[in-house]
Amino acid sequence: MIRLEKRPQPSRLWTILAPILAVLLTMFVGGLLFAALGANPFEAIRTIFWDPIFNAQFASFTRPQLLVKAAPLILIAIGLSIGFRAGIWNIGAEGQYIMGAICGAAAGLALYPSESVLIFPAMVIAGAFGGWVWAMIPAILKTRVGTNEILVSLMLVYVAETILGSVATGLLRNPEGRGFPGSRNFKQWDAAHNAEIFAGTGMHWGVVFAFIAVIGAYVLLTRHILGYNIRLTGEAPRAARFSGVRPARIVLICLGLSGLLAGMAGLFEVTGPAGQISIDFNSGYGFTAIIVAFLGRLNPIGILLAGLLMALTYIGGELAQLMLGVPGASIQLFQGMLLFFLLGVDVFTNYRLRIGRREIA
Amino acid sequence: MDLSSINPILLVASIMVSATPILLAAIGEMVVEKSGVLNLGVEGMMITGAVVGFAVAVNSTSPAAGFLAAAVAGALLSLAFGVLTQFLLSNQVATGLGLTLVGLGMSSLIGKPYEGMKSPTLPKLDIPLLSDLPVVGRMLFSHDLMVYLSLVLVALVWAFLKYTRAGLILRAVGESHDSAHALGYKVVRIRLIAILFGGACAGLGGAYLSLVRVPQWTEGMTAGAGWIALAIVVFASWRAGRVAIGAYLFGGVTVLQLNLQAAGADVPVALLSASPYLVTIIVLVIISALGAHGAPASLGRPFHASS
Repeated sequence: MIRLEKRPQPSRLWTILAPILAVLLTMFVGGLLFAALGANPFEAIRTIFWDPIFNAQFASFTRPQLLVKAAPLILIAIGLSIGFRAGIWNIGAEGQYIMGAICGAAAGLALYPSESVLIFPAMVIAGAFGGWVWAMIPAILKTRVGTNEILVSLMLVYVAETILGSVATGLLRNPEGRGFPGSRNFKQWDAAHNAEIFAGTGMHWGVVFAFIAVIGAYVLLTRHILGYNIRLTGEAPRAARFSGVRPARIVLICLGLSGLLAGMAGLFEVTGPAGQISIDFNSGYGFTAIIVAFLGRLNPIGILLAGLLMALTYIGGELAQLMLGVPGASIQLFQGMLLFFLLGVDVFTNYRLRIGRREIA
Repeated sequence: MDLSSINPILLVASIMVSATPILLAAIGEMVVEKSGVLNLGVEGMMITGAVVGFAVAVNSTSPAAGFLAAAVAGALLSLAFGVLTQFLLSNQVATGLGLTLVGLGMSSLIGKPYEGMKSPTLPKLDIPLLSDLPVVGRMLFSHDLMVYLSLVLVALVWAFLKYTRAGLILRAVGESHDSAHALGYKVVRIRLIAILFGGACAGLGGAYLSLVRVPQWTEGMTAGAGWIALAIVVFASWRAGRVAIGAYLFGGVTVLQLNLQAAGADVPVALLSASPYLVTIIVLVIISALGAHGAPASLGRPFHASS
């Protein structure tokens, strides 16, 4: 008989092993999926995981993309992971990301065509503010009346999407754009362009902030009393309350922080890689970041690695689409599967497999 | 604005149609939550049901086969959730989110070839005599089978939970899985059955969207309907009758805003399109402020026989 026995403490080995095993399982099942779609599974897996970095022919184009795609994922996931640690489930990062982009872009566009060096920093602040405000709605509703933050934050994603559709075709539309939807292109306006800091590396300001966020979150969670209280709230809410931690404060901080980071990510995306506010500039990073946060074990360093890996599947997925004709949606499924396998394998972190008869205690 | 262009008879009839998918998904999810499991993957199961139902209905030219396949697909997807949360003891919130992501990815993968196609639709069932009544007949008694089936299902779930022994056991498992386990009930097995039922219902709801309500397949067509279903369960304080009221309320808001848009109401279109989501939030706030809870005590807590 096979049964599970709870470990006294989570296994350190399995904390690291589980994501690796999950990736391998995803590669295996993903390979079967690609085979069913009529592509050579080995070629597909190599195209997704190997070619973007090491292929002699096009790696020089795809390698910088790695940082470009990973930065928003990491920024958002860091914010989410801090909330998840405290048992606060902000799953509306996509909405906060959109609202950050809209607010930041609007703040910038209001000053067009000034070339002041202060414009970009002002836009970053406005973007962070936009995301923060959008996250404060579920936060305040939760602390004041006790509404479920999962549902409210998610509903606000759809509200943010309709706002995006409205401003892209109305308020923020490019007046010189011949009536096409979409704002002015920030790439053509130096003061607001989130350009590469070192040409050809993909390193833009969002990447810098992502690294800062990783370090900041690491310090917060391991060295700071606030980080300790956040973890305590998640692991033992009653104990946290007895020791004087105010749950409402933790909710406001966690949701606020994740909204702030998601809003910034949106601003960096819209002024850099996306270039303009358009109806569908957001590419679901807010949702993928949830996978990144879990895959990284809600640990800042882990999230950094997981963000890079997930960026790799985005780029590799596009490559596979181009070279092998694999449908784009299969990559989304691939990423979802990764989360699924991780959650499944994770049982070994907290439980031990026992084979044999149950002993009588 | 020309409000006279809104026909009240058609309005009520279309409210019933637009409420049905949410009602199906919500009543299934309510049973799942009554057993103490929080499955946030309703959206994913709905959209999978939508695409599978559509594909099967198109290929077999039988909407009934489509609905059946959708229920099976929803149940299969929920089985993945069940195995992860019940046997591998994964976090229910995270797994439910994962289920939604997997469902969205899988559905757009399956649905690609079916974009722009038309599906065979369910025939309207004109209930004899009743459908001949003036006004009310058109409003209430000339819908397709699924509209009535969803209401019958609500009644069945209500009776099952209130009057049957099995329903009592299900509720016991949801309130205190440790006590239920101590009494010898198979907590994991009961929860798995509830999860499968919820999956099948969500699948049916999705298929109703793609086969009757729209009726077409477009990527991401559920557009949050699954999440609204989850909100309705909270709104209903885990009671079957109120789930029906909630679903019809939201169906009403959705239809009304579409009608107002068509009538050229003097309200920004973005506000109207966002209104179902905003109303959901407002209702959630009111319900929470009233403190009208009734959530099963073990909701979302993992069960392991050793602890």
